Amino acid sequence: MTEIKQYTRKDFVSDQEVKWCAGCGDFSILASIQNTLPEIGVKKENLVFVSGIGCSSRFPYYVDTYGFHGIHGRAAAIASGVKLANPELSVWIMSGDGDSMAIGGNHFIHILRRNLDVNYILFNNQIYGLTKGQYSPTTPLGQKTKTSPFGTIEHPFKPGELAMGAEGTFFARAVDTNPKEMKEIFIEAAKHKGASLVEVLQNCVIFNNNTHKEITDKVTRADNQIYIKHGEKMLFGKDKEKGLVLEGLKIKSVTIGEDGYTMDDILVHDAKAEDNTMAFLLARMSLPELPVAVGVIRAYKTHTYNDLMELQISDVQGKSKIKNMTDLINSGNTFEL
Amino acid sequence: MATNNKKIEVERIVIKFAGDSGDGMQLSGTQFSDVAAILGNDLATFPDFPSEIRAPQGTIAGVSGFQVHIGHADINTSGDMADVLVALNPAALEYNLKHVKPGGTIVLDSDSFNAKAFKKAKLTTNRLEDGSLDGFIVVEAPVTTQCRLTLKETGLDSKTIDKTRNQFITGLLAYMFNRDIKLSEDFITSKFAKKPSIADANIKILRAGYNFADTIEVLSTTYIVLPNENKSGKYRNIMGNTATAWGLMAAAEKSGLNFFLGSYPITPATEILAELSKHKSLNIKTFQAEDEIAGINSAIGAAYAGNLAVTTTSGPGLSLKSEALGLACITELPLVIVNVMRGGPSTGLPTKTEQTDLLQSLWGRNGEAPIPVIAASSPADCFDYAYAATKMAVEHMTPVILHTDSYLGNGSGLWKIPNMDDMPSITPKIAKANADYLPFERDENFVRTWAWPGTEGNEHRVGGLEKLDGKGSVSHDPENHALMTTLRAAKIDKIADSYPAQHVYGDQEGDLLIVGWGSSHGVLYDAFSEVKENSDAKIGFTNFNYIFPLPNDTADIFKKYKRILVCELNSGQFANHLRYSLPEFDYEKYNKIEAQPFMVSELKDKFNEILEAK
Repeated sequence: MTEIKQYTRKDFVSDQEVKWCAGCGDFSILASIQNTLPEIGVKKENLVFVSGIGCSSRFPYYVDTYGFHGIHGRAAAIASGVKLANPELSVWIMSGDGDSMAIGGNHFIHILRRNLDVNYILFNNQIYGLTKGQYSPTTPLGQKTKTSPFGTIEHPFKPGELAMGAEGTFFARAVDTNPKEMKEIFIEAAKHKGASLVEVLQNCVIFNNNTHKEITDKVTRADNQIYIKHGEKMLFGKDKEKGLVLEGLKIKSVTIGEDGYTMDDILVHDAKAEDNTMAFLLARMSLPELPVAVGVIRAYKTHTYNDLMELQISDVQGKSKIKNMTDLINSGNTFEL
Repeated sequence: MATNNKKIEVERIVIKFAGDSGDGMQLSGTQFSDVAAILGNDLATFPDFPSEIRAPQGTIAGVSGFQVHIGHADINTSGDMADVLVALNPAALEYNLKHVKPGGTIVLDSDSFNAKAFKKAKLTTNRLEDGSLDGFIVVEAPVTTQCRLTLKETGLDSKTIDKTRNQFITGLLAYMFNRDIKLSEDFITSKFAKKPSIADANIKILRAGYNFADTIEVLSTTYIVLPNENKSGKYRNIMGNTATAWGLMAAAEKSGLNFFLGSYPITPATEILAELSKHKSLNIKTFQAEDEIAGINSAIGAAYAGNLAVTTTSGPGLSLKSEALGLACITELPLVIVNVMRGGPSTGLPTKTEQTDLLQSLWGRNGEAPIPVIAASSPADCFDYAYAATKMAVEHMTPVILHTDSYLGNGSGLWKIPNMDDMPSITPKIAKANADYLPFERDENFVRTWAWPGTEGNEHRVGGLEKLDGKGSVSHDPENHALMTTLRAAKIDKIADSYPAQHVYGDQEGDLLIVGWGSSHGVLYDAFSEVKENSDAKIGFTNFNYIFPLPNDTADIFKKYKRILVCELNSGQFANHLRYSLPEFDYEKYNKIEAQPFMVSELKDKFNEILEAK
């Protein structure tokens, strides 16, 4: 293996002016990615950022790597081709809730199901920003937007639930207000062999300001967020005085020392479990009953689509008598006239 | 072999096999044509099957057919009317009777002509008794009974036994065409290599059919089709869809590029995906995507990453891929889109043939998005045009649409096996590492350089937004957009400089130029040749494979004729394209919109009508 140059953040800053609105959560995600890339041991020329359409999908222009700004909803499909064409590449999909949950919903579930080895960053601001404020598939029920002046009448998706339904092997959640955690989570996503989905709760300052405020606000976040880590107790609250327990098929939030709950009752996070039932329960936790989970919720290691494809090719190559086109076109029934 | 019959040498003969889907008619047809090839005959085949896998048994909707045209003469089509019709049930006879030549031979399973079968086929009359078959030579063979009797001792169940009926017919035809029965036996042995008991049963039935024909007196005449002497060398019988797959693979090998197919199953293109997926040993990567859109977008991603990328589809799928075609156009990435045309619009007639996607392929995109369009013209030359499409795509950094159709894709013909060393070179322009790379810097043909991820120092971004000339950053500048639009068009126009000369058969100037495109080459050629032989008029025929851009010599050809007749299987799409591209000429049209190939006879009538009217 050749030595990989020690990169810094600057190596990944492109010469393009970043054109997001002042105060957009995307800036923080961009900085976190640029801080992540020097630490994942991948050569700069092996990085490819692929996106669809939307504010977040402008991302590839701002990272000085290979990049492909695709069409609406199709980032996952384009990225699949990039990865399969050259499995050595580290492929990053940058997409929003409209791009991935609506027009690109089909590609979203299938790339997770196949477990292609890519990193998928889903910017969830619960609104269409680039088209100026229409509701998206993740907009809360009843919210008034440009296209729902009397409130939406659609039940929203939770991306994590979809990911579990699609048998995704990696799901994490981060918030745009915590770059340090975001970077830790991105590094975990990069390390995972398989489709790594990271949902970033991101604020759209213009069209959906403060949509995640309850979760991210400095005052409430200790009680409303739980940062879970593999092998550790699921604790939250300002003094880690609260925790999660499982009762029947439900997760319950408890205070240690109250109602007879002790530290021993608190769940220990197993992100690596093959069964995704617990990950599903964690991914769907929502306010006000339960804190919202951030961190790596699931990281189950299994074979990837791209590895199996390469394996099948080398396996067949070892067995087949057909070594080139000349062999093939002269094989089977041929006739001398 | 019987001695009491008379043997006649024939130049060419058309045989139609027809029965229920499931009766093995496709297999019998393939077997008959493979043996013809071994005997040195030229040939063309065309299956005609319902879109349902198992339409209700015995109904007319469930009739599956396979037509074979073999000859001592050169064979350019699968034939008009059948000289011999094999009909395994009343529905098959009913559906095909009008396609049998007067005086032709009809071989049928007389056991299947009963009240129950008439009811299934919704027939009110028995064709065997109502005089409909007067003027034909009718061979009534009790096929079902004979098969059951022959295999009585084997212990096979009657369902399995009935499945051997097609071999009884094959045996009968082997006698009728004076063929060595051993060749048909070899076919069975190899087909059922893993099921020796089934192979034995089929061979018994094959011989029973042969012996039956030898015994009955109705076959007073048998036929001999001598080998074709115009063709020499090593050949194989190849289906168009297979030839397309192989042409793409051959181009990958020649260019040294890794191959990627992103595709989604669709009739009648699926066989290309299936064929390519067999060839892992040649490092062929196939990705069966979740939909047509993912098929083309994954291929675009693979093209960006440096693979020879292909997507395959049929009309409805091409519609779904439209937006992504624009993306391939503006990112100027090489991509081959194979469109196996079928009857439309919408789901239309999925298993039938038409040339109705031409205007969609030329114009079916938002913005100004010129994409070269080429078309194959025989099952065998699908190989050549798939190869040509690939060469064009990678050497000119553009998506290319290759049209074949159901007739070519499912039809077969003899293909002369090429020497791979003789195939033209394919030379992509690939950026070397640290090349001070500018994504939209162009050469003298307006072609940009391809830089692959993984190459140091050439990091760059492409995408669907308009890009600045040269540097390739996002640009909304009005003058730059005008320049880029012009450059993209100029790049495509320039491709015509690389074409071979457009070939004109017959008179190089004169009264009438017959014009076709793509798959009607063979049938137009036969009709043209026959009319020309019996006419004093000066007639030429030219068939276009390069549709857009048109060959540079098109106008020079057209101006040498008084009249131009454009024949196509649609309402006049190529004629419209010619009117738009070369408005200085008058174009007459001859169109067929029955989702069936042209017949030589109808074309001859039309040509003669025009020549007489002058």
